[in-house]
Formats: sequence, C-alpha cells, structure tokens
Amino acid sequence: MRSPIANLRKKSRNQVHVPVAFYVILSVLAFVAIAPLVVLTFNALKDPAEIGRNPLGPPSTLRLSNFADAWIQGDYAITMRNSVIITLGTVIGVCLISGLAAYALSRLDVPGTSGFVVYLFVGTTIPGQLFIIPLFFLWVRLGLVDTLIGVIIVYWALFTPFTTLLLRSYLLALPREVEEAARIDGANDLQILAQVVLPLAWPGMLVVALVAALMSWNEFFFAVTMLQSSEMKPVTTSFMAFQGRFSQNWALTSAAAILVILPMVALFLVLQRRFIAGLTSGALKG
Amino acid sequence: MVASPAATGAKLGAKGNVRARRRVLRRRQMVGWLCLAPFVIVNALVILGPSIATIYFGFTDWTGVGAANFIGLENFRRLGGDEKFHAALVHVVIWTLFFISVPIIMALLGAFLLSQVRRFQMFFRVVFFIPYTIASVVNAAVWKNIYDSNRGVVPLLASLGITPLEGVALLGNQRLALPAVAWVDTWHWWGFLVVVFLAAMQAVDVDLYDAVKIDGGGKWRQFKDVTLPGIRPTLVFVLLITMVGSLLVFDYIYIMTQGGPAGATEVVGTLLYEHAFRLFEAGYAAAMGLSMTFLSLLIMALYVLLRRRGWDV
Repeated sequence: MRSPIANLRKKSRNQVHVPVAFYVILSVLAFVAIAPLVVLTFNALKDPAEIGRNPLGPPSTLRLSNFADAWIQGDYAITMRNSVIITLGTVIGVCLISGLAAYALSRLDVPGTSGFVVYLFVGTTIPGQLFIIPLFFLWVRLGLVDTLIGVIIVYWALFTPFTTLLLRSYLLALPREVEEAARIDGANDLQILAQVVLPLAWPGMLVVALVAALMSWNEFFFAVTMLQSSEMKPVTTSFMAFQGRFSQNWALTSAAAILVILPMVALFLVLQRRFIAGLTSGALKG
Repeated sequence: MVASPAATGAKLGAKGNVRARRRVLRRRQMVGWLCLAPFVIVNALVILGPSIATIYFGFTDWTGVGAANFIGLENFRRLGGDEKFHAALVHVVIWTLFFISVPIIMALLGAFLLSQVRRFQMFFRVVFFIPYTIASVVNAAVWKNIYDSNRGVVPLLASLGITPLEGVALLGNQRLALPAVAWVDTWHWWGFLVVVFLAAMQAVDVDLYDAVKIDGGGKWRQFKDVTLPGIRPTLVFVLLITMVGSLLVFDYIYIMTQGGPAGATEVVGTLLYEHAFRLFEAGYAAAMGLSMTFLSLLIMALYVLLRRRGWDV
C-alpha cells in the first residue's frame, strides 16, 4: 500500500502530463476572449486612413494623438469626472450600507433575519424593468433625474442586496471569540463593530468595494435612462453618443473606447485574485 | 483597545440578572434595526416601493404623467393579441436557448480543462475573465466593427476563400442579427462562468477521479461521471439565473440593434422600454414587466419544488 505522501507525489507528477490538446483548446478559447480587444487596441493606434486598408492587423504607426483627440472631442474631462463621482459615491455608500446591514444580520439577532436574507436573494435577481417605470417618474418628482446623486442612490439599492449577502457570509465565517472578549470588557455593539469587526472584515470590504466599482462603472440600463444631458453622462453612455458622431473615424472611436475601459481593466489586472474570489463566493453557491 | 465600559451599562452581572440581560438583548436588537435602517430605506425607495407600484400600474391606463385609471385586465387582454409582443416572446425563447447552451458549454469546457492543468492556469483564468470587466457599450462597439461587412471578419473570411457570408451585414440580416447579438453577450459573460464553474470543480472530491482512473476511464468519463455530477448544484443554479435573466434581456440588443432590423431582434425588454418611454404607455409596459416577472416566478417555483422533492440541485 502506498503512503499518502507517495500518492500525493504521484498525483502532482500526473498533473504535469497534461495532453497537449488541452493547452491547444485553452489557447483557442483565450484567443476568442482576447483577440477582439487586441484588434481594438491596434485600431486605437492607427491613422484613420489606415483602417480602410488594414482593419484587423497591427498598426504601421503608433498614433498616440488619437487618445488626446478622443479625450477632447468626447469631453472626457466632464464624463470621466462624472463616472469617477458615480463610482466613488456608489462604492462608499455600498460599503457603509451593506457593512452595517451585514453586521446586523450576522451578529445582532434582529428578528426576521431569515426574511431579510430571502429579500437579499430576491433583490439580487430582480430585473430593473420591473421597477424602473414608477422609479423614473418618482425621480422626476423628487428632482433626482439627470443628477449624479440620483443615479448613485439607485446603485446603492441595486447593489446592496448582493454585497450584503457577500459580506454576511464573510462575517459568519469570522471567529467570534474576540468580539465576545470585547463585550465582556464592556464594549457596546457599535464599538465592537468599529474596533473589532471592521479591522477583521477588511478583506471582505475590499471585495465589496471592487464589485461595486466594477458594476457602477459599467452599468448601462439606469445610466441611459436617468442621465440624459451631456454634462451628466458617464463615460459609458456618452461613448454611445461619441460613436454616433464619429462613426466614420473608427481609429478615434477605438481610442475613446480604450479610455472607457482602461480604469476597470487596470483595476482588475492589479487586484484580480480578490476580484475573482469575491464575485464567485457567497451568492453563487446557491 | 475598547473604551468606556461604564458608559454602556451593559455589564452582565455574574449572577445573570435576567432583567439586565433582556435589556441588553433589546438594546442589541435596537442597534440592529438602526444598522439595517439605511438598507431598508434605500431598497424600499428604489426597488420595493416602485415594484409594488408596477403591480398597481399594470392594471391602469397610466401614461407616465397625470392620473392613472383602473382598467382591470385590459392591458393583459391587449398583450394576448399583440403580435409584436408575441414576436418578442419568440425572440426571448431563442435568446434563452442560446444562453443555456453556448456560454455554458464553453465555460464547462474551459473550466474543466483549467481544472486539469497546473501551468498557466492563472493566466488563462485572467484572460477568460477580462471581457467580463468591460462595459457593454464598448463590447458592442468592438463587435459591430468585427461584424462590419466591409472591414470586419466577413471580408477576412472571403479573402481566405470562405465566401458564404460575403457581403452580408450580420447585424442587418433578419435571420442572423439575433444570434450575432447573443454571441456578443456570450463573449462578455462566459469567462465569468468559467470562474464560477472552476471554483465548484475544485471542491469535487479528488478520490472520485482516481476511482474512474483505476477503472480505466479517460478524461471524458471523468468529466461526465465525476465533474458534472459534482458541480450539479452550481450548474443548476447558473441555469436558473440564466433563464430568469434572459426573460428581460435589454442592454446588448438596445445598444447594437435597437430591436431591428425590422423587429428581428425585438425582445420584451426593449419593447417594454419603448412603450414606457417613447409611446407613453407606462401602464401597458408595466403589464409586460409583470407578465415576465410572473414567468420568472414560475421558473423559480419549479426550482424550489424540485429541491423540496429531494433533488440535490
């Protein structure tokens, strides 16, 4: 009988002998995933005249001025500012709201906790179309249409069911001994939250912040409905208008597209482990 | 580390004074409600309140402004005879069939292969996931360019001698527009599923694979007999989410074709939007939203029922 260690060694050696076909298929899939973005990057660097001759291949020149032109023509000083405000406002609000809610639902024995948890699932999956019509006309009445704060509040509601679910499962997995010790020392619930739980829950909070940032930066449905004047549009919906204006200049449009996606792609590449861990934990376990 | 024990008055007597303990418990619940208050207010204002209002407006002739008159089931009767709505439903069914097959098969394939390799696993995972981080408007623009009949993939294929699509504008073609848009959404979505499936596959008991190996089973049998049953709860949950999400699909169709050409990609999501915000028939649009919500509730009820019946899904 083989010892467990020999077993383990055999296993790891087995894993090295992977059929070449596996890597071939994985490479094909990777090509499918990344090629369109490589073409986009190529085109963003081309002279507009070159695109007609060479629509998919690498550029013969590096025309970096496309980015400066796109920035100016697309009013990115304004739209980028709007997107940053919306994203920061959403992230801060979502962290606060779902942090407090998750703490209450994991530690404070609120009556009806299970009912709340059911709502968290419902709120995560409910389609926007079900409530956007009355919401839009309510926002008109409240003067919140075409304001950044109006959209930020919508995003708070949209994302907090999912992030609360995420944070709650994170908090439930944390050991409670330190909190009990603090309680015996006489700390009250809010002190425990601020001084014991928060420092421990920090990695979970970071994941929530990342998820909220990604979702609010890329959100389309409510942004296109609620923000209509060009001074209020985020980079995403204003890119649509840009595309319409410069439909003949695909080089410029590609550069504008890169400006839209660069912040989130960069954030993802830097923090990808936490991103992936966060998006797949909790809610999707069923 | 923790300040002012006296101020809280929550010090539990060693004797376990029942009254004091109850007071502490009540106090804790009050703090709990306070902590939940922002969540409740925001969700009631944005999601819950307007959702309930939609139920009411679905039975009225509301235009979006002014008064709403109760008209009973009239909107639903109209839906029954609305050919545009019927066509949209058919497109939703096609879209759903596309989404419960193509991205899920691609993601199962990608995740299974990834679970078998060591080298470059991280690299492939990141590459697969990148499209998921990109805004829908940009994905749509990228693929519009690739689909372009003059500068995209079609002339490239033609120059390689593959000509059945030559001169065809994919997004302008009645039959091809819907799958063309569905493919863009798939491209954006499947990498996320890879990560979800991979996480589930990594939790499958390794010994089960060894059992199949000893039986002389190859990779296909390992996948079919161990991996697939092992990730069944995740798979079923993903199928559920996909079906419910497909019922009111909106973003990519609205951005890429606006329901065209000639209604060939019109789905309930875009039709609803048109009635609500362009035709000023908010009541009718609400009835559409309600009908689709009813369908998603049916799907979810089926899921819950299967679970209750003891299906391990």
